[in-house]
Amino acid sequence: MTVKFNNSYINETATIVGPYEGKGPLKKYFDYIYAELYFNEKTWEQAEMKIIDQAINIVKEKSNLTNVDLLIGGDLLNQLAPSNYAASKFYTPYAGIYAACATSTLGLIIASNFIENGMAKNIITFTSSHNNGAEKQYRYPVEYGGPKPKTTTFTSTGAAAALVSSNKSNIKIESGTIGRVVDSNVKNIFHMGAVMAKAAADTINKHLKDLKRSINYYDLVLTGDLGIYGKEILKDYLKEEYSIELENYNDTGTMIYDVENQEVYAGASGPACAPLVTYSYIFNLMKKKKLKRVLLVATGALMSPSLTNQKLTLPAIAHAVSLEVIK
Amino acid sequence: MTDKYQKIVERHTPEENVMVNAIIAFITGGIMGIIGQLLIDFYSSYMHIPSKEATVCMLITLIFMSCLLTSLGFFDKCVNFCKCGLIIPITGFAHATQSAALEYRKEGLVMGLGANMLKLSGAVIIYGIIGSFVFSLIRTLVGII
Repeated sequence: MTVKFNNSYINETATIVGPYEGKGPLKKYFDYIYAELYFNEKTWEQAEMKIIDQAINIVKEKSNLTNVDLLIGGDLLNQLAPSNYAASKFYTPYAGIYAACATSTLGLIIASNFIENGMAKNIITFTSSHNNGAEKQYRYPVEYGGPKPKTTTFTSTGAAAALVSSNKSNIKIESGTIGRVVDSNVKNIFHMGAVMAKAAADTINKHLKDLKRSINYYDLVLTGDLGIYGKEILKDYLKEEYSIELENYNDTGTMIYDVENQEVYAGASGPACAPLVTYSYIFNLMKKKKLKRVLLVATGALMSPSLTNQKLTLPAIAHAVSLEVIK
Repeated sequence: MTDKYQKIVERHTPEENVMVNAIIAFITGGIMGIIGQLLIDFYSSYMHIPSKEATVCMLITLIFMSCLLTSLGFFDKCVNFCKCGLIIPITGFAHATQSAALEYRKEGLVMGLGANMLKLSGAVIIYGIIGSFVFSLIRTLVGII
């Protein structure tokens, strides 16, 4: 399902990251970098709450906004606990959403819909993830050092927030595609790139078809967190299945870290990964007019440890947002 | 259609270095064995502990060391490098238990640490007991015959 928007803009953004991202190649673009993973809190979950809260506050400060109509956002943990707790500090209506690592673009699409219909003027969307919180819930205890395969992705730590508004700014949310849940028949929980690449291909194809565009319409296609192997799978699959040649393409999972020198296996993942790179580095390029049209396809593996233990395959989803620079 | 996708996935899934990993595990596991033997020798010849009890002392020392190093925060990196060289000996069991204990300590002593400490290593205990029962049964039956 693709929706076009006429008056939805991203006014301000905030990006907060942890130490690993802070040592990565994009460090100078982030708003705030923490040197350790607890962020002066007691637990991983509380640390994640803190950065969500902080990201929303930074956006508010930057935009001099006192009245926000709605908060939309989510994270990776059970019951969206960090988001719910963080949202409890603001006297603002809040809609919690979950699409695993595709939460960021889903938030932008929902916010744009509210704005397009005139139901709201200013909406803050946010997403976050915390490496250790996610490891604890989905994999092994943090201090456990069992070996991992090369295709494993490393959950990024950080929070990203954006103010979506009807007030004009440089960056316009031009359209958005809500993807289907795609089951790619992959059972390997250590190969999320393979789990998600098919969903990304499906959404990209649907987006281009709905809007009758060729892939060259975009200066850059960005996927969320497919990692170095998932990236190649997507390229080959798009070519063989849909005859779409991805040329100006990158994956935010391979951009946020120095994949060669940092111990992150196949690259970054997590709901925060795609918006952290987009709101910092990509928006910087867009504001300098080096990129005009960007298709952001955040990808999410809808993993449930219980159901993977029950030997079910992993479903995945991808939501796409087309971002444009206007004068 | 799914077949096509599976083929692409297989094409872009890197091979794990099984041989290199096995050699590292063989060497580090061997070193662990030497350390264990040296500890037994130390306990039996310098502290005059009977050799049966010296073995127990060796195990306790290794368990203590891996728990301590896990708590200090760098044993996970050693395990990640040595792989089965450290996972198969008692050090792996201690490391798995200790890392879970550290993780859940903040959720309380009973519902947190107590309930989750054996999250990873519980299976080792259960199947260890079942395994030893089965094998002692076989041994007894063979003895009778």
